[in-house]
Amino acid sequence: MFGNNTFLRTFRLGVKSLMLHKLRSMLTTLGMLFGVASVVAMLAIGEGASKEAQDQIKQLGSQNIILRSIKPPEDMVSNQTVRVSVYGLTVADFDRIKATYPWAKSVVPVRMLQQEARVGKRLLNPRVLATTPTYLEATGRVIHEGRFLNDRDEAGFANVCVLGYEVARYLFPFESPVGKRVKLGADYFHVIGTMLPRVPIGSDQPDAGTAVTEEILIPLSTGRLWFGDMQVKIRSGSREMEQVELHEIVLAVDRPESVLVAAAATREMMKRFHKDIDYEVVVPLELLLREEATKRIFKIVLASIAGISLLVGGIGIMNVMLATVTERTREIGVRRALGAKRKHIVMQFLVETVVLSVGGGVLGIGLGLAIPKIVEVYTDMEPVLTVAAPALAFAISVGVGLLFGMYPAWRAANMDPVEALRHE
Amino acid sequence: MTGTATLARPVAELIDVSRVYQMGTNEVRALDGIDCVFRDGDYWSIMGSSGSGKSTMLNLLGCIDRPTHGEYLVDGISVGDLDDDQLSELRGTHIGFIFQSFNLISQLNVLENIMVPLFYLDVPPAEGEARAVELARRVGLDDRLDHRPKELSGGQQQRVAIARSLVNQPSLLLADEATGNLDTATTAEILDLFDELHDEGMTILLVTHEADVGSRTSQTLWLKDGRVDKVLQNR
Repeated sequence: MFGNNTFLRTFRLGVKSLMLHKLRSMLTTLGMLFGVASVVAMLAIGEGASKEAQDQIKQLGSQNIILRSIKPPEDMVSNQTVRVSVYGLTVADFDRIKATYPWAKSVVPVRMLQQEARVGKRLLNPRVLATTPTYLEATGRVIHEGRFLNDRDEAGFANVCVLGYEVARYLFPFESPVGKRVKLGADYFHVIGTMLPRVPIGSDQPDAGTAVTEEILIPLSTGRLWFGDMQVKIRSGSREMEQVELHEIVLAVDRPESVLVAAAATREMMKRFHKDIDYEVVVPLELLLREEATKRIFKIVLASIAGISLLVGGIGIMNVMLATVTERTREIGVRRALGAKRKHIVMQFLVETVVLSVGGGVLGIGLGLAIPKIVEVYTDMEPVLTVAAPALAFAISVGVGLLFGMYPAWRAANMDPVEALRHE
Repeated sequence: MTGTATLARPVAELIDVSRVYQMGTNEVRALDGIDCVFRDGDYWSIMGSSGSGKSTMLNLLGCIDRPTHGEYLVDGISVGDLDDDQLSELRGTHIGFIFQSFNLISQLNVLENIMVPLFYLDVPPAEGEARAVELARRVGLDDRLDHRPKELSGGQQQRVAIARSLVNQPSLLLADEATGNLDTATTAEILDLFDELHDEGMTILLVTHEADVGSRTSQTLWLKDGRVDKVLQNR
């Protein structure tokens, strides 16, 4: 009964009927247009926002557990001008973690040193990280030129260093730094390699104000040999000395499932051996999970807003279709008299409603795809366009048309032909 | 009822038909025990003052209404036994409707309007179009196929409506005050067209209250208060 041909003709008839009232049809589609546009745009922006957050967290390594030394609040008032504060992670912690965890793929100790780096007249104050060769694997950093630190460097207290990208660019603007020498503090270090920059980590930056890639890496053993455990900070009126054995321990867990267990165990162990809270445990996976939860709430909110605007659009369409049905009562009567069955009338008005809603929907998809582009230009957000969003929006607009067209079409089909023919 | 020796096949047959409307607690008997037969090739007019039951009778004859009592047969098919879909199909295949106010569909052009009944009969578009073009030529509008109804005069619109009523090759042509909205000259044209159709053997029923229209038909059925008042032979 409803072959392709019949459908096509019903469709053409629907379009013709809608064209009788161009302005009205256009205004009716606006509701759908904005509803669908908001669905597509918000999905893209929402996806982009959560992807950005997730990328930042993944930078930290989702299989890593990061322990950091933090300076505990000073609880005693002292007028000493020279004092030494001892806090933070210790080599003993490192050894314990290394000995305890069967899941550990690698455990990386990191010391941060305050030393100036100098090449000729060029001077820089980078973060100098003293660490072991496993650092590279655990952090997922990439070597740009040359090689990373190896076990021989560590065992032999070698005076070698690997430069971060910016450091290399600044200290050796015109040449490859590999094989050259950099003066760190009072000693010369051979450059054995450079690393690619990593995307700035934003809020989780260990030292606020320092560009993360402004760093120089040296072997842990060499660091301790030349610079010791004590660091002196000179402030106005006082000298402050800090003794911190390790600034950071990165524990890379072998399987994602083990991360949360390992994190709980680490917290437990650290609590037992540290009286003060002079450390923090950062678990990127936990942040990621929290982010997922936030994302879910965000999506529910978006879906509700989109749902409401589609509902409003649908009601608008239904309203207009009810008016159309009343207005065309006579036509319905005539068609019934000429042999149209109820299902023909239902089909006719349903197709008309779907044409309205899908017309609005398609325009809405267009607008919805344009909005993220505009957002991209004017903000630093990067919306993510998926195929699913327009497809979903299209399906929704067909669905809205069917749902809200049902009642007007039913009303039309169930008119008494005698009454309908008499209608003025 | 024609009284001739060899009776033609009955096309529409009303057997003791009544149509009762329930108006609150009142019963209104719009038709009250009508018996009549319309045979193949007949040309009738149905007349009566307003309220005599003309419209009700037309609705019953056109199968858009069903009798409360009695039986109505179209080509031997009893209307009372049919459901809504079957009734629609019966209208589509057996009945041709012509209305006082033409009732063309304004968003469709002449050709499309003529083809509307075929849409519900699943006649292939090519064949339907050929039929429609032929009928447009028959009513003298083959040069206006792509005009919209509002671009046509009343007489032209009614010709389109007549073409539309014929496109499904009906057994029975029902015209409800078909000339009521037309001037004298156009009325004459339309009635000439009916005469031609009658000569070709079409069964036609005109419902009218104009005596000069009624007198153009072969027989007139007069209704009064829902009953058959008298039957007149006009020629």
